[in-house]
Amino acid sequence: MAQLAAVVGVGQTKYKTKRGDVSIAGLVREAAQNALNDAQLTWDDIDAVILGKAPDMFEGVIMPELYLTDALGCNGKPMLRVHTAGSVGGSTAIVAASYVQSGVFKRILTVSFEKQSESNAMWALSNPQPFSPHLNAGAGGYFAPIIREYMRRSNAPYDAGIKVAVKDRLHGAKNPLAHLQLPEITMKEVEDSPMLWEPLRFLEACPSSDGACAMVIANEDLAEQSPGKPAWIRGAAMRSEPTMYAGREQVNPQAGRDCAKDVYKQAGIDNPRKDLDCAEVYVPFSWYEPMWLENLGFAEEGKGWELTMSGATSLLEGGDIPWNCSGGVLSSNPIGASGMIRFAEAAQQVRGEAGDHQVDGAKTALGHAYGGGAQFYSMWVVSSEKH
Amino acid sequence: MSSSAEILSQAFTLGYTYTRSTGPIVGQFLTALRDRKMVGIKGSDGKVLMPPVEFDPVSAQALSEFVDVADCGVVQTWSWVSEPRKAHPSDKPFAWALIKLDGADTPMLHWVDAGDAAQMSTGMRVKARWAEKTQGLISDINGFVPEATTLSEDYQTNEAEEPITGIDSPSYLTYNFTAGGATARYLAELKKGKLVGQRCPSCENVYIPPRGSCAACGVATTDEVELTNKATVESFTIVYIPIPNNPIKPPYVIANLVLDGANISFLHLLSECKNEDVRIGMRVEAVWKPEEEWGYAMENIQYFKPIDEPDVPVEEIGKLKKGGR
Repeated sequence: MAQLAAVVGVGQTKYKTKRGDVSIAGLVREAAQNALNDAQLTWDDIDAVILGKAPDMFEGVIMPELYLTDALGCNGKPMLRVHTAGSVGGSTAIVAASYVQSGVFKRILTVSFEKQSESNAMWALSNPQPFSPHLNAGAGGYFAPIIREYMRRSNAPYDAGIKVAVKDRLHGAKNPLAHLQLPEITMKEVEDSPMLWEPLRFLEACPSSDGACAMVIANEDLAEQSPGKPAWIRGAAMRSEPTMYAGREQVNPQAGRDCAKDVYKQAGIDNPRKDLDCAEVYVPFSWYEPMWLENLGFAEEGKGWELTMSGATSLLEGGDIPWNCSGGVLSSNPIGASGMIRFAEAAQQVRGEAGDHQVDGAKTALGHAYGGGAQFYSMWVVSSEKH
Repeated sequence: MSSSAEILSQAFTLGYTYTRSTGPIVGQFLTALRDRKMVGIKGSDGKVLMPPVEFDPVSAQALSEFVDVADCGVVQTWSWVSEPRKAHPSDKPFAWALIKLDGADTPMLHWVDAGDAAQMSTGMRVKARWAEKTQGLISDINGFVPEATTLSEDYQTNEAEEPITGIDSPSYLTYNFTAGGATARYLAELKKGKLVGQRCPSCENVYIPPRGSCAACGVATTDEVELTNKATVESFTIVYIPIPNNPIKPPYVIANLVLDGANISFLHLLSECKNEDVRIGMRVEAVWKPEEEWGYAMENIQYFKPIDEPDVPVEEIGKLKKGGR
C-alpha cells in the first residue's frame, strides 16, 4: 500500500525567451531555491534529487545532470535524471512522488528545466536523419495533420483553436511568471497571425522559453509539519505507446485514455468535469485543448470543442472547469519544465497559492503532460484533502 | 523471406553552434582570461576552487568571493597524446594535464606543450602561454609550457570592456549511421525503382518503410510486399516555414500518405496541384526522378501528384480489407 505524499513547496523562474543572465546551473538553482524557500526548508532537509529535462540536443550539454549536481545540492545524495520527451516534467514529478510514496525517501527535491535560447528548439526536434528525406518541420508540422483529422471528424468550427489561443493568453496575463504577456489579445489578432503549419497559425503555437520549475515532495508526517498548505497527491499515472504502428489512433490516443482512467480511479474521480475544480493540461498547439478534453473524458468524443466554445474552460468567463489558468504551454514553454509546470500549477491551485489566476476554492486539480509523438503521458491529481 | 541485403552506411553529422550564457561566475572567469588573468573562487571551506564554480560542491552554497590566482603552477597528473586529433588544441604531440596553479587548491585541466613525453613529469612546474589575441575563452591560454621556457610577450591587448556573459559553443558530432537490415533492403529496392514493404505475420498490416518489426504486435516482419506507386492522402499540412538547406519553397504540402496495400502512412511532398485543393482521401501517385538519378533514398520519388480517381472514404484509408485493395 502506497504511503501518502504531498507537494509542500513550489518554485518557478520567470519564463522568457532568453535568460542571458544565468547559466543552466543558475537557472535550475533559482527554481530549486524558490521551492525550498516556499517549503521553508534548506538543502540539508532534502534526501534525494530527481531531475528532468527534454532532449540534450536543446542545449548541447550531454548528461547535464552530472554538471548540475553542485547547483542542486546533491553531494552525498542520490540523484536521478528522467527523460520522456515533452512529458518529462510530469514523469519526473511522478518518479519523485513514487519514491516518497514507497517510503524509500522522506523528502525529495524535483526539478525540471529547459534553456531553449541556447539552440533552436524547432530544428533540434527535426534534424535531418540519415537515409530519410528531411520533410519534418518541427513539432507543429508533426501535429498539424493530426489536428486536421480531428477537425474533420468533429466538425468543429474553424475558430475553436483561435478561441483557445486567446483564452490561454488571457489567463497567462494573470500570471506574472508567464512568458507571453498578451492582455489585449483578440480572436482577430490570432486569426490574422501568419499561418505556419496549416491549420496552425503562429499565435496558435507555443513560444520557446527559458525556465525551470521545482517542487519539494514530502511524506505524510513531514507534509503535516510543513508550514504551508500541502497539495496531497491523490493519484499518479504514466502510460506510453509506440509512435508508429499500423492502426494507431493518433487523434485520441489509447495511452492517454488509459492513463486518465488509471489516475481517476486512484483519485476516486467518476466525472472529471464535475469532480475536478480545474486542470493544467499540456496544450502546446491550440487545438489540443478540445482534443484532450475528449481524450481525458471531460467531453464525449467529437464534443470537446463545444466546451471550449462555451467558455467552460475559461477562468475569465466563469467556466465550470477552467483549463490552464496559468496560461498553459501556449503562454510559457521551456519544454523539459512544461510538464512539471502543469503539475506544480495544479498543486498551487489546491494550496490556494495561485495568485491572480486562482480558481476560487479549488480543492482538486489535474496536472497533465504528454510528449514525443503524443506517445508518453503522465498525469496526477492533487487535492487539498488527504482522502 | 527477404534475401540478405547489402550493408548501407552513411555519415551523419548532428550538431549546432549553441549560444551558451555563462552566468556571472564563469563569465567573470572568462572576462579575466581575456585580460590574461586567472581568478578562482573561495569555497565554503576556505579553499580556492579553480576554475571557479557557481555552487559549492560540498555545501551547495552559492559562491561569490573571487581570488586572484597565479598563471603558473604544478602538474599533478598528465596523459600524453602522441597522435593529436583534429579537435585537439595542438597539432603536435602534447599532454593533457591537471595543473594546480599557485594560490589555488584544486587543479584545472589544460594542455602542456612540452615537445616530448620525456619532458613531462608529475610535480613539474609549468606556466601559462597566453594567446596573442584573447577572446574571453579557455583557449586564451594557448597551453602551458615548462616554467623555464622563454616566451615572447608580444601580446595584443583586448580593449573590450563589457564583461563576458555568453559564448558560442559549437558542438558537432559525426556518426557513421548503419541502416538496419529492413531499411537496407527497402533502400536497395528503392534504388531499383520499387516500393517494397513488409507484412506483419501476426496482424497482417503492411509497413512501408519497413522497420523489421511490427510495433503493435512486437514480432519481426520478414514477408516482403511490393506496393504500387499509388497512394491516398491520410492527412496533410501546408507548411509556410522553409526547411534549412532544403530547396523546397514555402508554402508546400507535406502529406501523410498511405500507399495502396500499405497500412501505415509516411511523409512526402505533394505537388502539381493547388494547395487549397488537397484533401483527406485524395488519390495521388509517385513522380519518380529520372532513373539515372536513383540512389538509396526516398528522394528518388520527387513528390506525389494527384490522379483522377475517386476519393477513398476516410474509414477505409490504410485499413486492412478482406482480399486486399
